[in-house]
Amino acid sequence: MRKRKSNIFRGVDWILILLYLTFIFLGWISIYAATYSDTQYELFDFSTKYGKQFIWILLSFVLIIIILAIDKKFYENFSGVFYVISMLSLIGLFIFGKNINGATSWYSFGSFGIQPSEFAKTATALAIANFLNERNQNLKKLSNQLKTFGIIFFPALLITLQPDPGSALVYGSLIFVLYRFGLPIYYIIIGFLALILFIVTLYFGYANTLVIAFILITLFFIYLKYKNKKFFRHNWMKFLAVYFFTGLFIFSVDFVFNNIFEQRHRDRFDILLGKTEDTQDIGYNTAQSVITISSGGFQGKGFLQGDRTQGDFVPEQQTDYIFSAVGEEWGFLGSSLVIILFVAFLLRILHIAERQKSIFSKVFAYATVTILFFHFTINIGMVIGILPTIGIPLPFFSYGGSSLWGFTILLFILIRLDADRIYEW
Amino acid sequence: MLRKSLLYFLIIVVGVIYIARLFLIQIVDDKYKQNPLNNSAITMKYIYPDRGYIYDRNGKLLVANQSSYDVMVIPRDVEPLDTIEFCNLLKITKEEFIKKYKRAKIYSPRLPSTFVGQLSKEDYAYLQEKMYKFKGFFIQKRFIRQYPHNTSANVLGYISEVNERLLEKDKSYQLGELIGYQGVEKQYETALRGKKGVAFIQKNRFNKEIGTYKNGIYDTLPIPGKDISLTLDIDLQQYAERLMYNKRGGIVAIEPSTGEILTLVTTPSYNPNMMVGRKRSKNSVLLFNDTINIPMFDRSLKGEYPPGSPFKLINALVALQEEVITTETPFYCYHGYRFGGRIMKCHCGIVGAPIRLNMGIYRSCNSYFSNVYRKTIEKYDTPSEGIDVWSNHVKSFGLGNYLGYDLPVGQKGLVPDSKLYKKYYPNGGWRAVTTISNAIGQGEVLTTPIQLANMTAAIANRGHYYTPHILKKIGDSAITNEKFTKPKYTTIDAKHFEPVIEGMFDVFNKGTARYSQVKDIEICGKTGTAENYKRINGERIQFTDHSIFVAFAPKDDPKIAIAIFIENGYWGSRWAAPIATLMIEKYINGNVKREFIEHKMLTQGLEEEYKKQLEIENYSAQKEK
Repeated sequence: MRKRKSNIFRGVDWILILLYLTFIFLGWISIYAATYSDTQYELFDFSTKYGKQFIWILLSFVLIIIILAIDKKFYENFSGVFYVISMLSLIGLFIFGKNINGATSWYSFGSFGIQPSEFAKTATALAIANFLNERNQNLKKLSNQLKTFGIIFFPALLITLQPDPGSALVYGSLIFVLYRFGLPIYYIIIGFLALILFIVTLYFGYANTLVIAFILITLFFIYLKYKNKKFFRHNWMKFLAVYFFTGLFIFSVDFVFNNIFEQRHRDRFDILLGKTEDTQDIGYNTAQSVITISSGGFQGKGFLQGDRTQGDFVPEQQTDYIFSAVGEEWGFLGSSLVIILFVAFLLRILHIAERQKSIFSKVFAYATVTILFFHFTINIGMVIGILPTIGIPLPFFSYGGSSLWGFTILLFILIRLDADRIYEW
Repeated sequence: MLRKSLLYFLIIVVGVIYIARLFLIQIVDDKYKQNPLNNSAITMKYIYPDRGYIYDRNGKLLVANQSSYDVMVIPRDVEPLDTIEFCNLLKITKEEFIKKYKRAKIYSPRLPSTFVGQLSKEDYAYLQEKMYKFKGFFIQKRFIRQYPHNTSANVLGYISEVNERLLEKDKSYQLGELIGYQGVEKQYETALRGKKGVAFIQKNRFNKEIGTYKNGIYDTLPIPGKDISLTLDIDLQQYAERLMYNKRGGIVAIEPSTGEILTLVTTPSYNPNMMVGRKRSKNSVLLFNDTINIPMFDRSLKGEYPPGSPFKLINALVALQEEVITTETPFYCYHGYRFGGRIMKCHCGIVGAPIRLNMGIYRSCNSYFSNVYRKTIEKYDTPSEGIDVWSNHVKSFGLGNYLGYDLPVGQKGLVPDSKLYKKYYPNGGWRAVTTISNAIGQGEVLTTPIQLANMTAAIANRGHYYTPHILKKIGDSAITNEKFTKPKYTTIDAKHFEPVIEGMFDVFNKGTARYSQVKDIEICGKTGTAENYKRINGERIQFTDHSIFVAFAPKDDPKIAIAIFIENGYWGSRWAAPIATLMIEKYINGNVKREFIEHKMLTQGLEEEYKKQLEIENYSAQKEK
């Protein structure tokens, strides 16, 4: 045991670290391009956004050293503590939080702000990993299912109430982790059907959807009845439940959409569903972002040569829309390379996840990959105009200390856990 | 197995879809493809060169540029300021300040708009030192025209913003750009304006300019406009304008040996500085709506008048060329020329004695020239033939059509031919005497002052002329246009000019202009007193005769040829002849010794006559008792 502490870099996955450094570098370059202006010549002027991000990057290196230096057992044993602290910090927002752009997501310290929801993801991942580790991954049991759902649902609820539904959606992606560790497939199927039902309800209205859904369900049951005449005798309760929950879901979607969602969320879905044609107000960001990316062409316009990036045509470009700067200045070559790198990165984490011996590490690795995958998919999908505008950052690229730190902690705890695999037989 | 591979599968699918989408929008779909220079993020800005200066023939500055200062504001950048001090500096009230500021804010909080336009230089000087106190305000310099001398507005013209009609004709202009509208500014627009430069400016999404596009690799520098020199002698021009005190009319003086226009005066005119600056729009309404003085009407180029007696010179020359008379052919005058029971009166005062060419000219005998004209026409079998031969000779002096000078306005004048008379008399029956008024420059004949000056120059040159022109040099290179440097020959042989010129010389020795003689200068001239009519409310009313004079000097080496029309000035010798000789004296001698005449011309005018014309019911033309 002494021996392995002699070098904290022993056993770390250098491919991941290399990809991480690449992302950090490309991200900072893009932030520089997106916030650069002719009047500032200092490369590390700390009043600028790229200057601030540089500090965050340097500090995250310190963070990495600390994370790698701590024993694996610490993360296992203290995962509950982390989770509790993290939930308290989310609750504390309702009292001490600062309202920025309509959401109380920030603790403000002078010119710096901390966004606890970025760290809550890691805490939740640790908590699930610990929970499944202790209960030996028995997710066939309903009680275990409900407990894990509770662990995931609680922070998601708190974040939704901020309200920051985009960040809350991330927790939904953890269903894939649970599936990997024994959650029955129909949760995913139901989840998928629910998503379709959700979209259909928004598109056709609840009354039409209700009729369509009931007809389809009835046809399905008639088909089952046709195959097995005794089917109804044993399952009539289930039939009623299916009708009931389908109807309930459709009504609640309608209710949530019209009464809980704010207008800006509704608008985003409406634009995505093609219900409203709009390139000026709400869809402005996305329209500008797509034009900006496409103007990059094959080769791109070159570093600091993207006139739309330099002209700040894409609002919030340095945060959620950072990928549009890549698209314009580095073109198809650069932007598809970034996507390939991300795919390679995610596949590498998956590979690492599969090679973990301890359940804790394995679950945590799966949680890491699904969280990163979800961010990657939603963010870039939004920036290239094929998903709705859900404001979540692109990991390692987007401007912002909290998200950078959050993802760095997530990734390097995984690397730390992975580094220990060689001692676990 | 599915549990393990689902995420692998999803990650790869998402990656493929996204790359496909990027391929679609970045390479395949050209919906978003834009020329970088046609990009909404790039704005093309023109950089305007200084417009060229205009000088006279002796290098005196006529038109320069002056800077005008506009106080601009970007409301977003404005910080709390000492409004009272600022208002005092700008000479506006606080209410105006609030109003202007509100207006600017409504226009755009981010884009600059004019706060106070066209400050005077003095206000600018005070303000400039204190500008640092007023964040969000800045001073923008613009160039406008400046005229050091109050003169020659008709020649110089003015510049104005391009209108939509011009834009359709010439696509190289943008709305709001300045273009020459009249005079030399219009004629030599291309030389004066130079070439505008282009700068590509990077803008941000607020349309705010944030710097040059790609460090200006697409930008071009403006090429300054060329200075031009005119043929005008501005001293003579101004002297002529002063002599035209309270008189309407036109003066054109030409250097016969080159065709250069020395003077081109129309009165009443206006101060060219009126068409510049803050009061411009108010002034232009005043000028264009003045239907009594019509100051925007260039009488020297567009005024069509019956030429009167100076036209007799041409008739004499034509008759000599056609060999229907010799210098010695005598005619007789009994207070007029009688034809078909009518009489054309004559004031020559030679009764019963033979009148030959020389005397005919210097006494301006109507009878003599009626006979001469009639003989010319009747030389041919039909009056049509005769009049066409005559018409061609006359037209060879540049009369009856556009002269081709380099100024944008003009009139053809009128020299009748058989076609015209056939139209007037469709049933025929017209003969030489029907058109006898042509003999004395009345009737159908109409000329503009510049045509008459050119005709005089052609006589002075003994049979040829150079097309009059106003441009002497562009930059430092003299004009080479053959249109202006090659002589045009009249149809009259050179030998016929001498006797006519002698007659013109005697006009000063013993003729109608003997009181306008100038010591030491041999001037040849011819007075004219042209009857004129205007149709007012359907009634043909005779107005007081125009006072006309043509002259050139010196006789043997002509340096200046001049034509003067004074509207309703009566005798040619009363106004036109003194003014012409004063100008000749001034031009050739450099100073004027006949102070009495000069004083009279400078201080007396025809305001009474013009005033009477306004009350047309009580008007009657001045007539000999």
